[in-house]
Amino acid sequence: MSDTAGALQHPWPNLRLQREGVGLGMWLFLASEVLFFGALFVGFAVYRSFNEDAFRIAGAHTEIVYGSINTALLLTSSLTMTVALRAATTNMRDLTLVCLAVTAALGVAFLICKGLEYREDLKEHLFPGPHFPLSPPATQMFWGFYWIMTAIHAVHLTGGIAVVTVVFVLFKRRIIPVQGSTMEGVAIYWHFVDSVWLVLYPLIYLAGRS
Amino acid sequence: MTDATLPFVPPLDSYGESYLDDGHTVMSWLTTTDHKRIAILYALSITVFFFIGGIAIGMVRLELISPTGLFLTSDEYNRLFTMHGIIMVWFFLVPSIPATMGNFILPMMIGAPDVAFPRLNLMSWYLYVGGAAFTVYVLFSGGVDTGWTFYPPFSSQYSHSDVIGAAAGVFVVGFSSIATGINFLATIHMLRCPGMTWFRLPLFAWSMYVVSFVMVLATPVLAMSLLLISAERYFGLPIFDPSAGGDPLLFQHLFWFYSHPAVYIMILPAMGVVSEVFACFARRRVFGYAFMVYSMMTIGVIGFMVWGHHMFVAGQSQLANLVFSFLSFIVAVPSAIKVFNWTGTLYRGHIGFEAPMIYALGFLGLFTIGGLTGLFLASVPIDIATTDSYFVVAHFHTIMVGGSVSAFMAGIHYWWPKITGKLYNEFWAQFAAITMFLGFNVTFLPQFIMGWLGMPRRYHYYPAVFQVWHVLSSGGAVILATAYLMPLVYLTWSLFYGEKAGDNPWHATGLEWQTPSPPPRTNFLRPPRVDVDPYDYHDFGRSAETGDEAQARPQGEPT
Repeated sequence: MSDTAGALQHPWPNLRLQREGVGLGMWLFLASEVLFFGALFVGFAVYRSFNEDAFRIAGAHTEIVYGSINTALLLTSSLTMTVALRAATTNMRDLTLVCLAVTAALGVAFLICKGLEYREDLKEHLFPGPHFPLSPPATQMFWGFYWIMTAIHAVHLTGGIAVVTVVFVLFKRRIIPVQGSTMEGVAIYWHFVDSVWLVLYPLIYLAGRS
Repeated sequence: MTDATLPFVPPLDSYGESYLDDGHTVMSWLTTTDHKRIAILYALSITVFFFIGGIAIGMVRLELISPTGLFLTSDEYNRLFTMHGIIMVWFFLVPSIPATMGNFILPMMIGAPDVAFPRLNLMSWYLYVGGAAFTVYVLFSGGVDTGWTFYPPFSSQYSHSDVIGAAAGVFVVGFSSIATGINFLATIHMLRCPGMTWFRLPLFAWSMYVVSFVMVLATPVLAMSLLLISAERYFGLPIFDPSAGGDPLLFQHLFWFYSHPAVYIMILPAMGVVSEVFACFARRRVFGYAFMVYSMMTIGVIGFMVWGHHMFVAGQSQLANLVFSFLSFIVAVPSAIKVFNWTGTLYRGHIGFEAPMIYALGFLGLFTIGGLTGLFLASVPIDIATTDSYFVVAHFHTIMVGGSVSAFMAGIHYWWPKITGKLYNEFWAQFAAITMFLGFNVTFLPQFIMGWLGMPRRYHYYPAVFQVWHVLSSGGAVILATAYLMPLVYLTWSLFYGEKAGDNPWHATGLEWQTPSPPPRTNFLRPPRVDVDPYDYHDFGRSAETGDEAQARPQGEPT
């Protein structure tokens, strides 16, 4: 059974090639993203090697409960995304829609959880500045990176949720068929955002508690 | 699961109608997904920024005629050379050849009806416009004074200019080059026409392939480094602040991890263009085609490993200096192979001195000078002596302006008949090309000399002993400016009054020439197929007596 009318875009000669092309394009974009986050992680690694003790002290003040809940939420969302992709390629439309909705909901839950965590952090004045409670000064460096890394990750996740929502609506209204090349790219991107978190989680929450 | 497999068939109504006639309204241009129209949108926008950046440096050169300045405050002077750098690097040179000629010619060269992701292509132009909007805003809000390199702690803590606005412009425009890079890579991988194997790709297509990789992998690091200084400046996060354990040197590492490969983003496309031009106007097969391909790849790869040579005096370890110095020498090897092969292509060629060829020959000489002076700077002791002097300024301008801009002009002239369907005035084009070469040398040879004698870059006031060189250089800049303005006139003139070009006025072999000029919306009237290697001009050498044009065999034909 096939439902691919309207899926073929200019200038692709056939849908198989188009799907491959979308995958290739998305992987290339992710290569770019890896370098983007890579610059951040290199900075973190360099400063950690310069200020080992300060990073351990600062890392012990992170909220590991929120962090762990969020890890569980994101990993589960990757599961539902994988199911959505498999369902889409075999043209199981309803399952695709359900899984996309659950994926987006888990993403939103992550953001809410992250917001609560931010509130706790701010309550403890853990934003670098004159009233920063920890010492030595390099603890501010850890928290500087904490805010930047988690914020950039959250921006990426927000983008992912937006894309999943848009795709959900397009599928729902049958504007594009689920079997086209769209799901390929969406799924790869979602898993990437998830795996960035898998690097952040130990850096932020575990390293200071070893 | 089944796949719809449709052979490529261009819609019937597109037969014979050029892309220029595919809608005449402004909206038809602003919403187009045609790679050819997007190329033209890019060409117009980068031309605007080229002249804005040119005016900025024109004022700087005028100011430098006198050792004590003429009409600018030091603060204005700093802002002018910074805006010149930012605009020329990110809003002209980086997109120059890839986004215009790459966009227009690359799909045609490989026999594709469009780039892989036409809407992403349009988005990349809008990203460019978005970044440009930030930059224009910064121009009106007083400019930025950090130098194009944005070094902290000055940029993050002390500068009173609009650093974040300028950084935002560069950040956004970076994503337009990432989008272009992804698009080209997918296009070259997936959309080559039947028979167009990897080693039948013309060298311009190869240069686009390599440069796309560099764009995709280097640009995000720049984006992150700009994000970090903006976070430090705006939110007070102490990322590069030594009082909280930060290290300004880390910024330099991140910045040059992009900005050195960026030099190759600017020069690799130029290498691609002149390879096409040399082969066509010497009527010769490119000498050492495979070596040309591998040397471009080597340049792309090693280009990622030499960034530390910008930091020889920044407090790097001696070992790091040694390694980066060695790798910088190594990168000269593939560059020298290319110069050798271009010369080999010309050898015993039937050389015509049409304007593109004059520009390309200018490129060859200037690239060689720029490359050889690069070897001086790769050597640690000489670099320490000449760091931040006009010698460095002259060196990289010789590569970027003498090299890249010459090749950009060569390409514009070479493909102009294809893009517009009109012939430009050959005499004026030749005149402009020669003027540009002379103007360039009068501008920058004095800078080599005064830099060697110790004149530091970015200084507003200088000892009177350097005045003669500064005056010479400023005089050369006037010649250079004239040479840049001339094409605006005669190329525009040709649009209205130029002779019809015909499909293949240069009798070139590339696939892009085997279709009407200007090309139809889907590039080819019928899907092309390729049977032979590129550059099938002559088997060996000069043979004017045997009917030159007749011997050029097209790489492929519409089926």
